[in-house]
Amino acid sequence: MNEIYFDSAATTPVRKEVVAAMQPFYNELFANPASSHLAGQSAAGKLEDAREKIADFLGAAKAEEIVFTAGGTEADNLALKGVALAYQNQGKHIITSAIEHHAVLNSCKFLEKYLGFEVTYLPVDKNGFVSPADLKSAIRADTILISIMLANNEIGTIQPIQRLADLASQANVLFHTDAVQAAGQLNFSVKELGVDLLTIAGHKFNGPKGVGALYVRKGIKLVPQMSGGSQERKRRAGTVNLPAVIGMAKAAELVQNELTAKINYLTELNQYFLAEIEKLADLAEIKLNGPEPGINRLPANINLSFKDLAGEAILFNLSLKNIAAAAGSACASGSLSMSHVLEAINLESVFAEGTIRFSLSINNNKKDIDFLVEELTTIIKRLKNLNNI
Amino acid sequence: MKKEIYLDNSATTKPTESVIKAVTDALKKYYGNPSSLHSYGIQAEKIINNSRCLLADYLNINPVELIFTSGGTESNNLAIQGITKAYQQRGKHLITSPIEHASVNNVFLNLAQAGWDIDFVKVNKKGQLDLDHLNNLIRDDTVLVSLMQVNNELGTVNNLAKIANIIKNKNPLTLFHSDGVQGFAKIYTDLANIPIDLYSISGHKFHAPKGIGALYLKSGIELQPIFKGGGQENKWRSGTENVPAIAGLGAALKELPHLNSENKLAIQLTELKNYLIKELTKIDSVIINSPQQSAPHIINFSVPGIRGETMVHALAAQGVYLATGSACSSKSKGSRILKACGLDSKLSESALRVSLAADLKQADLDYFISSLKEQIDFLKLF
Repeated sequence: MNEIYFDSAATTPVRKEVVAAMQPFYNELFANPASSHLAGQSAAGKLEDAREKIADFLGAAKAEEIVFTAGGTEADNLALKGVALAYQNQGKHIITSAIEHHAVLNSCKFLEKYLGFEVTYLPVDKNGFVSPADLKSAIRADTILISIMLANNEIGTIQPIQRLADLASQANVLFHTDAVQAAGQLNFSVKELGVDLLTIAGHKFNGPKGVGALYVRKGIKLVPQMSGGSQERKRRAGTVNLPAVIGMAKAAELVQNELTAKINYLTELNQYFLAEIEKLADLAEIKLNGPEPGINRLPANINLSFKDLAGEAILFNLSLKNIAAAAGSACASGSLSMSHVLEAINLESVFAEGTIRFSLSINNNKKDIDFLVEELTTIIKRLKNLNNI
Repeated sequence: MKKEIYLDNSATTKPTESVIKAVTDALKKYYGNPSSLHSYGIQAEKIINNSRCLLADYLNINPVELIFTSGGTESNNLAIQGITKAYQQRGKHLITSPIEHASVNNVFLNLAQAGWDIDFVKVNKKGQLDLDHLNNLIRDDTVLVSLMQVNNELGTVNNLAKIANIIKNKNPLTLFHSDGVQGFAKIYTDLANIPIDLYSISGHKFHAPKGIGALYLKSGIELQPIFKGGGQENKWRSGTENVPAIAGLGAALKELPHLNSENKLAIQLTELKNYLIKELTKIDSVIINSPQQSAPHIINFSVPGIRGETMVHALAAQGVYLATGSACSSKSKGSRILKACGLDSKLSESALRVSLAADLKQADLDYFISSLKEQIDFLKLF
């Protein structure tokens, strides 16, 4: 049976070329890059090549500004806690937004609860945007770090990071952005954005799981989270997961070369998706959450609320038809409590409870969408009937 | 093609064919996010559960007592940082040894700076612990003892059951962690029958991929997580699970002889080790640093007068790969661990570590021995 995957924001399939690039590092090139013999040194050389590629992908000035981690969560934790601990003598105030990923939010909560930091959680408007004016008035003399995501994982909102980072730099405050969802879907560079730290995760752009990276602008201090060997210029101890790093670099190189075409394709697919969903308007009131499609929204993201219907029920029925989508973000989808993002945009509960995130990829086509809409029609009719019994 | 003999299996090991297949299959087919509720997510979760059960079975523990991490360093950090943060109300005293891996040693150095009182158990020249000293060091306010199972440079084996019993008899509230990275699968370890609370392992030391490790956390013991986020791994370790590496870990476990006091792998390795020691002993200028009863895969020896680093490069040119000591610190001058054991600088600066894998042949070892002899004769000229 046909399997349709609309959950690329949770994770993406690994590209064939990526798997092929990784293979030698499980075979002849398996050595530990920290070993001083020839085999280790040749592995170390490949590690540095990969670092150059990721630096280039992110528009970093120097390869040494890239720290490899085990994923986006670790990179976000390293950015938040690493900067907080390194700069706490200059102040203990951090600013973030209410709709960040849990890796950022829970790092902030930890800093508040255990280490005496104060955190301001900026509100967002109904489309998920942080207001630059709000940020400006939240900055205090003791603010040391601002962390606001580049693109939201649930509703696709792309923040005006350039303006926000500019405000931070005027106030001499460091700025971190979680670009986990944006990488491979938006054309950006750390230089243009003007950020000091930026997080990516390999498995969100067709690279492998278990690897991520943190861009740390030269000169910025970080207290490492893990102590041990002096890998990653003492910013992240532990044997580097070289095959995964190689895979992520390959995925970055591939998507970098195809980015414009990918964005165009996803944009077109997104438009088609929304136009087809219009056909269901007679069956249920359906609301698109987040900004209007266009430059302020991730081209892969579609977040829909089906009024008076249970999102979990729709998802379950879709999954019986081998269609994969998500209720909220995958990390929290085990829980049935309302998504903090939907809460922050003040979505009424009659809509919020019927929310589904569809995230598109280049592997999807219009036929997938036709099939989905057909199935959704049946499912909504059935669920509506059940509601009326 | 040039002959290549890899004798650095304590730094990292080569994944086996079945491990590579499991990793590749997971990369290609089972790419779902294990937290997702749809079938892709469920398939990925099954892989994780399967590997978790295999590992739990191997260590004779409950699967819920395992936390997957990104490797041995993270496991050790999570254990020590996590316990000291969760149990700081019990006291401020910790015990370790001076010859732990950097990922244990450096965490203790940080804790010392943060005001913890840390005692180091005395070791002899072979890296063996003074257990009476350990017994005397344990206090009412001792929160944690962390002592490794097998030393990564010398191969010295600590008897975990003996140590755990000393600790628990003196203070039942003191928690015991062991870095099992070098001991796992080499030393018979039945965690259910040892009063130990935490045990670290690393996949790439037993032919599983890099980027995956685990921490055994006995039921009922609390930890403060290092990574905050989505709450994966029972909230102990946030971050999307590394499914392909976990699949690879499972495949590597399946290839290990089952947990048994007659550990076939250990027997195989010990045969290789005994042969090598016999041959090394025949060379006049070689001094063996490892104790006689050591882990089956590690032999540490010195060739006084020739710097370890020089010999590593000379042998690498012959296609023989070994190490001066731990890969994590192999660039530093002399071994911290051998110095801590009280070896004089003539021995510690000329130390070499050979670490074995079961697929090595006697002919490989012969090639190594003859290359070593050649290089000793050549380098002695300078």
